[in-house]
Amino acid sequence: MKRRTLLASAATALGLTLSGTAWAEGMDKVKACFVYVGPIGDGGWTYQHDQGRLAVIEKFGDKVDASTYQESVPEGADAERVLTQMALGGCNIIFTTSFGYMDATNAVAKKFPNVKFEHATGFKREAPNVSTYNARFYEGRAVEGLIAGRMTKSNKIGYIGSFPIPEVVMGINAYYLNAKKVNPDVELTVVWAYTWFDPAKEADAAKAMIEQGVDVIASHTDSTAPLAEAAKSNGAVIGFGQASDMAEYKPSPRVTSIIDNWGPYYIDRVGALLDGTYEQADVWAGIKGGEVLIGEITEAVPAEVKAEAEKLRDDIASGAYHPFTGPINKQDGSPWLAEGQTAPDGDLLGMNFYVEGISGDIPQ
Amino acid sequence: MDFYGINPAVLIASLMVASVPIMLAAIGELVVEKAGVLNLGVEGMMIMGAVCGFITAVHTGSPWAGFLGGAAGAMAISLIFALLTQVFLANQVATGLAMTLFGLGLSSLMGQGYNGIKPPAMADVPLGPLEDIPFIGRAFLSHDAMVYVSILIVAGVWAVLKYSRVGLILRAVGENHDAAHALGYKVRRIRVLAILFGAAMAGLGGAYVSLVRVPQWTDGITAGAGWIALAIVVFASWKPWRVLIGAYLFGGITVLQLNLQAAGARIPVEYLSMSPYLITILVLVIMSSGKGRAGLNAPAALGQNFHASR
Amino acid sequence: MFTLEKRPTPSKAWAWGTPFLAVALTMVAGGLLFAALGKDPFAVVRTIFWDPLFGEFARYLRGQLLVKAAPLTLIAVGLALGFRAGIWNIGAEGQYIIGAITGAAIGLAVYPTESRWIFPLMILGGAFGGWVWAMIPALLRTKFNTNEILVSLMLVYVAETILSKAATGFLRNPEGMGFPGSRSFSSYAAAGNPELIAGTGLHWGVVAALIAVIWAYVLLQRHLLGYQIKLAGQAPRAARFAGVSADRLVMLCMGMSGALAGLAGLFEVTGPAGQISIDFNVGYGFTAIIVAFLGRLNPFGILLAALLMALTYVGGEMAATNLGLPSSAIRVFQGMLLFFLLAVDLLSNYRIRLAGAAREVR
Repeated sequence: MKRRTLLASAATALGLTLSGTAWAEGMDKVKACFVYVGPIGDGGWTYQHDQGRLAVIEKFGDKVDASTYQESVPEGADAERVLTQMALGGCNIIFTTSFGYMDATNAVAKKFPNVKFEHATGFKREAPNVSTYNARFYEGRAVEGLIAGRMTKSNKIGYIGSFPIPEVVMGINAYYLNAKKVNPDVELTVVWAYTWFDPAKEADAAKAMIEQGVDVIASHTDSTAPLAEAAKSNGAVIGFGQASDMAEYKPSPRVTSIIDNWGPYYIDRVGALLDGTYEQADVWAGIKGGEVLIGEITEAVPAEVKAEAEKLRDDIASGAYHPFTGPINKQDGSPWLAEGQTAPDGDLLGMNFYVEGISGDIPQ
Repeated sequence: MDFYGINPAVLIASLMVASVPIMLAAIGELVVEKAGVLNLGVEGMMIMGAVCGFITAVHTGSPWAGFLGGAAGAMAISLIFALLTQVFLANQVATGLAMTLFGLGLSSLMGQGYNGIKPPAMADVPLGPLEDIPFIGRAFLSHDAMVYVSILIVAGVWAVLKYSRVGLILRAVGENHDAAHALGYKVRRIRVLAILFGAAMAGLGGAYVSLVRVPQWTDGITAGAGWIALAIVVFASWKPWRVLIGAYLFGGITVLQLNLQAAGARIPVEYLSMSPYLITILVLVIMSSGKGRAGLNAPAALGQNFHASR
Repeated sequence: MFTLEKRPTPSKAWAWGTPFLAVALTMVAGGLLFAALGKDPFAVVRTIFWDPLFGEFARYLRGQLLVKAAPLTLIAVGLALGFRAGIWNIGAEGQYIIGAITGAAIGLAVYPTESRWIFPLMILGGAFGGWVWAMIPALLRTKFNTNEILVSLMLVYVAETILSKAATGFLRNPEGMGFPGSRSFSSYAAAGNPELIAGTGLHWGVVAALIAVIWAYVLLQRHLLGYQIKLAGQAPRAARFAGVSADRLVMLCMGMSGALAGLAGLFEVTGPAGQISIDFNVGYGFTAIIVAFLGRLNPFGILLAALLMALTYVGGEMAATNLGLPSSAIRVFQGMLLFFLLAVDLLSNYRIRLAGAAREVR
């Protein structure tokens, strides 16, 4: 029986398109599948997505089969094949967890109108069964920035960038602006590592910054290497957990962290599929939606700074504060946001400029 | 003493640490190649060293035990290479590449459950007042023991190759295995031993990455260091001291480019990040086009399998 | 104990038999590994070797084997020419990247012009890019005697940096909202390399790979240059006396392998990959080295070896998704397969005799 239904869906894939209204009534059981860009053992990006998968299993138990996932899928042709295999294999909803899967996700989605596709961090929804989701990591960067501005003794703070893309530039700007707000003397050093994951290089980048007098380091690369390097300074240099909590470096150098928390979203979407309320969506949630968690702020941070940071976190969550609130000028002095104006999402998603006060150029 | 706000003493100190893994792996591979064997599986052996060293260190609580474990792990996987190339006479290039693929997979399997653990820390060698000597103390005398051990190993390999009978036999085997065989040397046994030595060094280098340099275990942690080590052997034109220079040069440029970025030098980042490779090529061209014709220094029997016809 | 006796010519029977023997041995050893990981070994082995070819989705997956094998074949055929002559180009990955960039740049430069000449021009551009990138080590080797292994390898890292600059800078999609990556070729018909017959995986790269195999075979068997390549590899001194210019061979072999790798990159970026992105390269250039040796540097052998590698990739992926096997276990399995293939090669080149028997013969 099962084979038969699989064959039917395969036939659908190969041209015999059936209309896909069956889902509106909800489902008894959902097969949710996941495509990962790295190994689960990366301790960061992919690890957190897998935690989200496990959260789905925990929440729905027998009503969901979320045992299917594929690690280290290269972007491009390989992703397209893995997605097709998953769709053929009976997945009802497939989460593709890297920006680079954007075209593959859309291409496969067109062939399988009855399967739901959820693409992380992308912007293309070319078929009605493709939804996109992302997290406002910059909100977490703002909290980090505040702590950095308050905690730095040398007034030099650092940021290890991966690649010069809007996501990273957005993080750098949010970090700097909110550090500057509490400490006008703060200077930002950016080092581009040109990698997402190369622990030795990340460690060297952190070391180079420390030697330049930087004493607070935020990183946009995935490993704990910068924290390990900061740990060698005996408390003089602090940093932040990135993607996952990185609790093993508590209480210092890891003073807090940005945790990618995909569980709530995954539960929400799988749940919607189960009860028949599923609709195409473009979700960009942050601290408020629970996608971005601020890890515990440790005792290495003075109580009043901790309170200030927690207030900032809560204000962002309640909507009382937006990390990009004018007046803000671009690096060249031209105005970007007027007094009191907050950044439109479109500007943020395509951000390719530094704000005023940051020195150096974004590699173009 | 500063240029661009970079303190040379600090720069030297960090390049000495950054160079240890590639130096160890390269000096091991040099011995292997001197014996006439081309083992392109350095990356696979390094990552096995990294994972085995990490696991051993975590369970014993001793970084030294970890280094031994790393060397042992890399030697174990290199036995496959030795068996295939020396007994089954398989192609060395392909076998080495296959070993890298195998090692990357196996290390990831073994390392499951070791993510996010901190290994026991390795202390600096206490040199007392010597560490306070201006410049020299900071640059050269405040490191962990493996930094010095790696230099001693280079010196040892140099001395053995140059002055000892063992070195002479090794070179004979690498230059002309048929002649060496005719003289009664056990070519295959010598090569297997060389392969094991090379693996032990690569394993130490890998363990240094996971225990000291980064300290942690994550999949793919060596991130291509094994390939750089291979390049350095050629760069060094199979001379031990030049391995040291090559490793310091490569490590130095890598560290320097990040330092230049951190110091705010206005050089486009992408040129900086490709500079270690371009400068390596440039230096190699200069060296190989000079009088010594360094490129011709390769062991004559490199990569050729030996089969005793008698 | 046993001794080995070199066969005057490799055994034909064993040359065909060894791959099957190796696959069988790998199934046993791999089965033990999978059993140790708590999976049903029979299910895993069947999923890897049987399902992509004859399973229920084979119609789709067989095409995917072609998609995966085409770039491997193109690159490996070129590399094999050099390897036969003792010229070690191990930087095909870099030539693949540069070929993709130059070819793609031509198409993107004239966007959105529709003309039938654009794609052929891009093909030329891709081959040219790979050729140029391979000429650097070739020239340095012939002019300055610099080791080509090192230079070609270092240039891979340089090419990767150029690639990330292309994806985030000069080739970035101007309508991509600042995200990295070029325009997609699937929505630009004149520059695209779509499936020629929908659902088969057949694209121009597959056609080119087949042509390259035949071309290389003819070159090696029927052409003077092929003879010179083989002579230079087997007897360098004799080749010199026979008037073969070593420098010329280096330039030709490096050039041909670079151009083929560039072509592979171009077909990949315009077809299966679809765009220039930061992580566009997935290691075909390095895997192709293994493929070249598995195919015993013979063009048709390479084609089969590439298909076998593709099978382990595609089938391995299926085992990972459907049976929950860690992807690292698949890499270990591939490593085992290569080890066994290399080990049993012995049988085709040597005769195994018991030591006592050999003495009697003498």
